[in-house]
Amino acid sequence: MTDTISEEVTEEQRPLGVYTRPKGGNGWRDWITTVDHKKIGILYGAAALFFFIIGGIEALLIRLQLATPNGTVLGADMYNQVFTMHGVTMIFLAAMPLAAAFANYLIPLQIGARDVAFPRLNAMSFWVFLAGGIFINLSWLLGGAPDGGWFGYAPNTGVIFSPSVGMDFYAIGLQITGIASLVSAINLTVTVLNMRAPGMTLFKMPVLTWMLFVVQLLLVFAMPVIAVALFLLMFSRQFGANFFNTEMGADPLLWQHLFWIFGHPEVYILVLPSFGIISEVIPTFSRKPIFGYDFMVFSGIAIGFMGWGVWAHHMFVSGIGPLSVAAFSLSTMFIAVPTGVKILNWIATMWGGRVKFSSPMLFSVGVISMFTIGGLSGVTHALSPADTQQTDTYYIVAHFHYVIFGGIIFGLFAGLYFWWPKVFGHMLDEKMGKINFWVMLVGFNMTFGPMHVLGLQGMSRRIDTYSPGFGFEAWNMVATIGSFIIALSVLIFLINVVTSVKKARGKPPCGPDPWDARSLEWMTPNPTPEHNFDEIPTVESLDEFWHRKWGTDDEGQIVRVATAEEVCQKGTATGVHLPSPSYWPLIFAIGLPLLGLGLIFNLWLTLPGGILIVTALYAWIFEPVDDPDGPHGDHHEVNEEISEGASDV
Amino acid sequence: MDTSETTTDVKEEDEHHEHPSDGKYMQIALVLAIITAAEVATYFVHIGDALIPTLMVMMVVKFWIVAAWFMHLRFDSKMFTRFFVAGIVLAISVYFIFLTVFEFWTEG
Amino acid sequence: MSEETTTGLSHNKLAMWVFLGSECLLFGALISTYLLYRNKFYDGPAPGDIFDIPFTSVSSFVLLMSSLTMVLALAAIQRGDIRNNRLWLLTTALLGAVFIGGQVYEFTTFIREGLGYTTSPFSSAFFTLTGFHGVHVSLGIVMLMSLLISSYRGKLTQKNSETVEIIGLYWHFVDVVWIIIFTVIYLVPNPTS
Repeated sequence: MTDTISEEVTEEQRPLGVYTRPKGGNGWRDWITTVDHKKIGILYGAAALFFFIIGGIEALLIRLQLATPNGTVLGADMYNQVFTMHGVTMIFLAAMPLAAAFANYLIPLQIGARDVAFPRLNAMSFWVFLAGGIFINLSWLLGGAPDGGWFGYAPNTGVIFSPSVGMDFYAIGLQITGIASLVSAINLTVTVLNMRAPGMTLFKMPVLTWMLFVVQLLLVFAMPVIAVALFLLMFSRQFGANFFNTEMGADPLLWQHLFWIFGHPEVYILVLPSFGIISEVIPTFSRKPIFGYDFMVFSGIAIGFMGWGVWAHHMFVSGIGPLSVAAFSLSTMFIAVPTGVKILNWIATMWGGRVKFSSPMLFSVGVISMFTIGGLSGVTHALSPADTQQTDTYYIVAHFHYVIFGGIIFGLFAGLYFWWPKVFGHMLDEKMGKINFWVMLVGFNMTFGPMHVLGLQGMSRRIDTYSPGFGFEAWNMVATIGSFIIALSVLIFLINVVTSVKKARGKPPCGPDPWDARSLEWMTPNPTPEHNFDEIPTVESLDEFWHRKWGTDDEGQIVRVATAEEVCQKGTATGVHLPSPSYWPLIFAIGLPLLGLGLIFNLWLTLPGGILIVTALYAWIFEPVDDPDGPHGDHHEVNEEISEGASDV
Repeated sequence: MDTSETTTDVKEEDEHHEHPSDGKYMQIALVLAIITAAEVATYFVHIGDALIPTLMVMMVVKFWIVAAWFMHLRFDSKMFTRFFVAGIVLAISVYFIFLTVFEFWTEG
Repeated sequence: MSEETTTGLSHNKLAMWVFLGSECLLFGALISTYLLYRNKFYDGPAPGDIFDIPFTSVSSFVLLMSSLTMVLALAAIQRGDIRNNRLWLLTTALLGAVFIGGQVYEFTTFIREGLGYTTSPFSSAFFTLTGFHGVHVSLGIVMLMSLLISSYRGKLTQKNSETVEIIGLYWHFVDVVWIIIFTVIYLVPNPTS
């Protein structure tokens, strides 16, 4: 029973495929039909950065509105929409997919595989995510964006308090992106378990792959919870269900519980990829193996596990009773322990190392320091009496931005700088990278540092304006200036990307190992060839790549035993069989927003949506898994194309 | 999640084909039918305080029989059982706490 | 791609089990929501007033027996018995359809007796939970019929019996969920108005 269906395709069964598969090729057609995990990773990254900029513009609008008392930049109604969409966009459309970009690109490479377990499902996950993201943002044009906060507390999200179609877009749009996350999580879970290179035991996997694996498991079990919550909301709004109707005895806290049962694991879904990234970057630039690998892995697992038992700390003032508050206070304090273990291990990795502060390293150190601040303010929420004072103030906003921006965005930027040469074959400019970091660090602390003070002074979050005379003016102005400095830092990053691409044009790719890195993905040339590994390496140790380059001499001194060029594969293999591209993931994804629009505006619209989905599914099943006659996906052809000068990434 | 999983367990593969016979499946279905009959009987015969525990035990036994025999978890890789049990245990514990916070059990 | 997987397990089957693990949380949330609202029937009918235990027992039994026919279909295809495989696949789909028919009858009866979807938190939760389960069964029927069609087109042979096995796993899962729903929602004594 080892054979999967996909391996069962023989000549005799081929007529199962009544549709031919696209041949790939160059240009945009290649990108929309691709099933290559690397291209899908790049697509995820590009889409996430696009939504990151949208969410950033929304953040700037919020800060402009709050810069001075009695601000008039946005009206109250528009302000509600903007802060809701800022949260939704940043969490679901920027941070999660950017982490998915790293997961897609790096997991197969780090475990020594040629692709993920289900390449077409992988493509589907991306297109469905993109469809969901576009769908939610369509609400701006079609009657108003969601305005109930990113956590959409009932009954504020009911038709009485939120009569526009915004929350319908929220409920259905997040459902769509949720499908993408769940499918991708199942796919990557199977990939990690089933597709490791020979010798790559679970405890020889790089920490990044481990953390991403924990994230996939969290997604597998957390996405259905938010799915149910969103269904209840959607049915309440669309069909008049009474899940949150207090007049009939329903309890609106139902939403809060379901949301945070998902929501707290979600925090770790967001932060663990960043933890994984800096766990690769810090050893590389400290020239030491990660301190306490086992502890690092187990604390990651522990965080993932304990993340399920703390959700009600988001609800201390909602009247859940003293016993519940006490229990969740305790569990929240405990979850700080494995996080503390990680921070200690990163510092211990740097301790006594030959630390080189390259731009990825700077961002990583930024994560350690900024996340620690966010973690410490988080522990103050665990003490429920203090939390009672802080709830719904800017102190909370300050806290979770130190966690999400300080802990996650900095980490993802570290990853962008670190793996950029791996993905695109050229380095980002180091000097600009360092400027990028310092500007971002200053802007970040100017924006969110003062919010601690504002919160303790009593400034409420989610208010659209405030009166003069409460002592809020100065700190708000500082925060607004800070937010524009953050925008400047992102602009520096974009300029860095553009100038680096220009500079690299026409030049040969950078060398195979620009950072003297440690893990398997660097054994392939930069940029990674379509087939990843010429030959799947046999793994003997953690940090396999590093151990192939460095050994110890008789006196125990570390000496180089091989150059990176010798260790790296050349990427010249031919005849490697790769999965064929497919149209159907994209077609399936187009059907979903049509279905959503139909539910909101006119049920007839669900018809084309449903037809697209059903057609795509059946065509998917009946398309040949691989066309044995077709030359596509055969590395032979790819090689020829490259030699003909095609400029495929 | 120990490292031993990574070795391909060929023995397990072989065992996999020794599924029960059709007759055995019929016997199992008969057991399931009898338990279901007993469950339904509780609706007509009053058994007092023992009712809910009895129903729960019968439910768990039925669940286990279908999962172990019809879904082949008895014969298949432990990995499958692990994922299923992880989902079940997580669901039971999380939603048990959830209902506890709502004071569901003490409400009567 | 590679013939051998690291664990020796097939991708598809592992993926199905991971998915079923995920589904536990989905149905857990729906069942918990129902339990929370079972006595919030406002001024509509209460569960104890309206449930028809003998009727639901019969349809529960039908679904339970469809698990038997499903496993017989798998056993048949695994020994290369195409004819019996088709027979049992069809029987399974039919039993599933009988169950769905019973649910449609139950729903229409409830609506006639004054329990609409919007009558009370209880009614919303009840219809949502059992409706979700019904959609799962219906999707299972569609998958079984697709299997049958590909069998008649000669595409379903002993070699790809794993497809039957994986769809069977889904089918059995939907059945065990109903085992829980039948006990927890129907048989445990329900409040009356």
